[in-house]
Amino acid sequence: MVEFTPKAAGAVPPAEVPDVELYHPTNWWTKYVFSQDAKVIAIQYSGTAILVGLIALVLSWLMRLQLGFPDTFSFISAEAYYQFITMHGMIMVIYLLTALFLGGFGNYLIPLMIGARDMAFPYVNMLSFWIYFLAVLVLVSSFFSPGGPTGAGWTLYPPQAIMSGTPGGQDAGILLMLISLVLFIIGFTMGGLNYVVTVLQCRARGMTLMRMPLTIWAIFTATVMALLAFPALFVAGVMMLFDRLLGSSFFMPALVELGERLEYGGGSPILFQHLFWFFGHPEVYIVALPAFGIVSDLISVHARKTIFGYRMMVWAIVIIGALSFIVWAHHMYVSGMNPWFGFFFATTTLIIAVPTAIKVYNWVLTLWRGDIHFSIPMLFALAFIVTFLNGGLSGLFLGNVVVDVPLSDTMFVVAHFHMVMGVAPILAIFGAIYHWYPKIAGKMLDDTMGKIHFWITFIGAYAIFFPMHYVGLVGVPRRYPEIGDMSFVPESINELNAFISIAALIVGAAQVLFIFNLLWSIRHGKDSGGNPWRATTLEWQTPTTPPPHGNWGQNLPVVYRWAYDYSVPGADEDFLAQNDPWPDKPDGAQA
Amino acid sequence: MIFAVILVLIVLGSVIFHVFSPWWMTPIASNWSYIDDTLVVTFWMTGIVFAAIVLFMAYCLFRFRHVEGRKAAYEPENKKLEIWLTVATTVGVAALLAPGLYVWGQFITVPDEATEVEVVGLQWQWNFRLPGEDGKLGKSDTDLISFDNPLGLDPDDPNSADDVVVEADDLHLPIGKPVKMLLRSIDVLHDFYVPEFRAKMDLIPGTITYFWITPTRTGEFEILCAELCGTGHGFMRGIVLVDTDEDYQTWLQEQSTFTELTLNDHIKTASRAKP
Amino acid sequence: MSVILTFLLVIFCFGGWWLTKNHFLSKPWLEHGAPAASVDSDASHRQTAKIGLGVFLAVIGSLFAIFTSAYFERMGLPDWRSFQLPRLLWVNTGMLIACSAALHCALIDARNGFLVPARSGLAIAGVAGLAFVFGQLAVWVQLVNEGLGVSATPAVTFFYLLTGLHGLHILGGLVALAMTCASAWRTTAISELAPKIELCTIYWHFLLAIWLAMVVVITGWAEDIVVTCSQLF
Repeated sequence: MVEFTPKAAGAVPPAEVPDVELYHPTNWWTKYVFSQDAKVIAIQYSGTAILVGLIALVLSWLMRLQLGFPDTFSFISAEAYYQFITMHGMIMVIYLLTALFLGGFGNYLIPLMIGARDMAFPYVNMLSFWIYFLAVLVLVSSFFSPGGPTGAGWTLYPPQAIMSGTPGGQDAGILLMLISLVLFIIGFTMGGLNYVVTVLQCRARGMTLMRMPLTIWAIFTATVMALLAFPALFVAGVMMLFDRLLGSSFFMPALVELGERLEYGGGSPILFQHLFWFFGHPEVYIVALPAFGIVSDLISVHARKTIFGYRMMVWAIVIIGALSFIVWAHHMYVSGMNPWFGFFFATTTLIIAVPTAIKVYNWVLTLWRGDIHFSIPMLFALAFIVTFLNGGLSGLFLGNVVVDVPLSDTMFVVAHFHMVMGVAPILAIFGAIYHWYPKIAGKMLDDTMGKIHFWITFIGAYAIFFPMHYVGLVGVPRRYPEIGDMSFVPESINELNAFISIAALIVGAAQVLFIFNLLWSIRHGKDSGGNPWRATTLEWQTPTTPPPHGNWGQNLPVVYRWAYDYSVPGADEDFLAQNDPWPDKPDGAQA
Repeated sequence: MIFAVILVLIVLGSVIFHVFSPWWMTPIASNWSYIDDTLVVTFWMTGIVFAAIVLFMAYCLFRFRHVEGRKAAYEPENKKLEIWLTVATTVGVAALLAPGLYVWGQFITVPDEATEVEVVGLQWQWNFRLPGEDGKLGKSDTDLISFDNPLGLDPDDPNSADDVVVEADDLHLPIGKPVKMLLRSIDVLHDFYVPEFRAKMDLIPGTITYFWITPTRTGEFEILCAELCGTGHGFMRGIVLVDTDEDYQTWLQEQSTFTELTLNDHIKTASRAKP
Repeated sequence: MSVILTFLLVIFCFGGWWLTKNHFLSKPWLEHGAPAASVDSDASHRQTAKIGLGVFLAVIGSLFAIFTSAYFERMGLPDWRSFQLPRLLWVNTGMLIACSAALHCALIDARNGFLVPARSGLAIAGVAGLAFVFGQLAVWVQLVNEGLGVSATPAVTFFYLLTGLHGLHILGGLVALAMTCASAWRTTAISELAPKIELCTIYWHFLLAIWLAMVVVITGWAEDIVVTCSQLF
C-alpha cells in the first residue's frame, strides 16, 4: 500500500512534474498540419480513419447488394467481390478500428486523462500520423493500380494471395497491400511507444496506476499488446514480399498452377497462418480492449455510480491481454495443423471467456442501484453490452474446437466476428464520440439526430448480424459471391439475405446522418461548458474548453482520488473530480 | 424506459427467431451427431446466459432510471458476489469445454478399419483417388504432374497401378463404413466441405491432411470449397454420393485405374502420332 | 513458436513484477489525497527517453524473436539445407563487439567527466560500426559471387533477410551515433553529453546481443544446444 499522508496532501504545492518541452507552432502549417499537439494529431488520425472507413462502408454495401440480390448487379464480378471483401476487412480492422482507438482516442485521451501536457515524444507522434497517412494512401492507391486491389481475403493466405488465380496476386494489388501494412506497423510503433511511455512517465502528481480511468488502462494494455503483436504481421508481410518478388519459398510449397509447375518448393503455408494469427488474435483484443475501457467509463459516468469491481476490471484487462497471445490457433482448427493443438487452444480460448464474462457482469452490476441517465453516449454503451454479449457467446461455439468444425468458414463466423469486433467496438466508438465531442468542440452533438442515428444503428446492426448466424448454421460458406443453387440450402435463405442487405443499406445510410451531425454541430451545437456530463476524470477539469496546446494552463492538476467517485456518501455533488481535494479544502482556500 | 422494452423485445425476438425460423442445420449424413449435440447444448447454455443478462439489464434500466432525487448507491466492489460469479462462469465454461474436447478426441482418432480415399483439390475442381484392390494408395508428387498424370501419381510405385482415379467427377462412398479422407492440394489452400457430413478440413499444398467420417445416410450431397482459393472459389463444387454396398460396387467397376488411364493415354497419343 | 513465446513470457514476468511494484492490489477508493511525493518525483526527461528506448527495444526484440520462430519452423521442413557461412562474418562480429566496447568506454569516460577520451571512444565506435556495415555488404557480395543469390535456398534467404533487417537497425544506430558525435564536438558540458551516450550505448549493446543471438541461430549452434540439452534429460 502506498503511504498516503492526508495532511501533506492539502499542503502539496501544485508543483510541476518536470514538464515536457512543448514545441510552439509558429505558423498555420505547424499548428494544424504538421502539428505536434496530441489533440490535433488525434483529430487527424480520427478524420483519416473515418474517411477510409467510409470507403469500407461503401464496399460493404456493394457486397450486400451482390449477396442480397444476386445476378442483379453485373458490375460486381467474382473478382470485384473478392477485392471488396479484402479491402473492407483490412480497412475496418486495421486502418479504421486500430487507428481510431489507439491513434485517435489514445492521442486525445491519454494526455488529458492522466493530466499531462502532451505526449512524451511529440515529434515522433507527428511522424506516426504522417506515416499512417502514407500507409492509407498506398492502400487506397491499389484501387487505381492495374489489376486492382488484392482479392486474397483480409487474411492474405498464401499461396493464393500471390498467385494469378487471385485478383491482384500477380499484379500490384498484393504488393501495395503488404507495403501499406509494413508502413502502418512502422507508423503505429512510433505512436505506440508514445502512448506507453506517456502513461508510464507523464502522469500528474497523485495519479497512481490504480487511479487511472479504465479507458487509459485499456488503451495502455492494448498498445502494449499491439507493440508486441504487430511485429508478427510485419515478419509475415516481409516474408511474403520476398516470396512474391524474389521467388524465395518461405510459404510456398511445390505447386502446379494451370498445368504449369511454378518455381517454388518446400515452403509452408501453415507457417504464414501461424504468424498471421499470432498477430491476428491479439488484434481482436487490441480493438476490443479500448472499447471495454471506454464503455466502462461511459456507464459509470452516466449511471452516476462507481464502476463495479474496478480492480477486477483492471486485472481482467491485463489477463485478457496476456492470454490473447496463446489462443491464436483457434482460428486454425480446420487448417490442417497438428490436430493435438486443438486441445490446448480450445482450453485457452475458453479460459479467456472467464475474465471477459466478468467484465460483462461488472458493467451490468454497475447499472444495479445506479441513477441511470439515458444520454446518447449511455445508449451506445448499453447497446455495446448487448451486441458484445451476443458476439462473445457465439464465440463459445467457435472456440470450442469440435463445435467449430461444422461452423468454421461459414457465415456463422462472419456474423460472430462482426457482432463482436465490428458492431460492438463501433458502437463504443460512437458512444465515445458523443461523450467526448463536447470537450473536443466545446459544443454538444445534436440530440435528435443522435437518437435517430442510435436507434437505426443499434436495431439495424442487430437485424443484420443476428439472422446471419442462421445463414451460416444452414451451411452457407463465407466468401461466396453468390449462393447459387446449393442443394442443402432452402430457397427462403435468399429472402433472408435480401432482408439483411436492406438492413445493411439502411444502417449504412444512418452513418451519413452521423457525419452530418459531427459537422453541423461544430457551428450550431449547444454550448457544452467544460464538464457537461459532470464527470470526475481529469479531461473534464481543464481550465478552458476546448483545451489549448499544453492542456492545463499554468499549473498541472494534482490528483487526490480515483476516477470513479460518483454519488459518494456525504459529498455535496453526486461526483467528486479527481483533482478535488474534498474533504480537505482546496489549496487556495487554506491560505 | 424505451430501452428496457427494446431489450425485452430483442430477447423475445431472438428466441422466437431461433425457435420458429426455418433455418437450421441440414439433416446429418454422417456419424458426427455428437457434434450436433454439443452445438445444441452450447445453444441452450449461451441462450440462457444471453437472455438472463439482457433481461437483468432491462430490469436495471427500468428500475434505476433517473428520476428527480435519485442517488446511486456507492458500492465499489462486492468480493463475495464477484468470486461467486467467477466460479459459476468457470464451471459453465468447463461444462461446455469438456464434452467438446471429448468429441474432438474422437474426431482426431481414426478407426483402424477405415478405408482411405484421397481428395485432390486444384483451382477449381475436385478429384479423387481410391486405393484399388490392394487397399493402398501409391505415392504421389507434385513434380510428376503432367497432362497424362493430373494427380501426380508415382508410376514406379507398385501401389499406384491399381489406384482408381476419378478426375473431376462424382465421388461415391459406401454407407456405414468409416472412411479416412486424405486431403491433398496441388496449388492453393482449399477446404473439403460437405455440410451434411459436419466434418471439414483444409487441403494444404505440400502436406496431406485428413479427417474421418462414417456416412450414415444414402443420397447425393454437395461438396463445397470452404477456404478462399481464388476467383473461382464460389464455384468449386463437386458431388459425393453415399451408396448402398451394391450400388457402390457397380460404380467402382466402371472406374478406371491409374494403369488403364495411362495406357489409354498412350494409345491415344500413339494413334494421334500415326498420321 | 517457442522462441517468441519464451520472449513474451519474459516480458510478461517483467510486467507482472512492475504491476506488483505499483500496488496492483490496492483499493484505490479507500485512498484519498495526493501522495506526499509524486510517483515519478525523479522523473526527468532523460528517464523518459530511457524508458522510451527500453520499450522500443522490447518491440525490436519481439520482431527478431518472431523471425527466429519462423526460422525454426521453416528449418523443420524437409527441404532445408544449411550453407557455409563466409569467414568474414566473424571479422564483422569482432567489429560490432569493438563498437560496443568503445561506446562503453566512452560512456564511462563521459560519466567521469573526461570529454576528450569520450570523444575518441565515440569516434572509434563510429568507425567500427561503419566497418561492420561494409563488412556485411562484403559478405553479401561474397555470397552472390558463390552463386547463393537471395532466393537460392530458404536458409540463404533467411540469412539475407535477418542480416538486412539487423543492418537497417544498425544504420539507425549509426545515425543516432552521428548525432551524438555532433553534440559531443559542439558541447563542452559533459553532463549533458553522458545521457546521450548512455542511450546510444544501450541501443548498440542491444543490437550486439541481437546479432550474437542471430549468429547462434544461423550457424545452427542453437539447434545443437537444444539437441544436447534434450539428450541430457
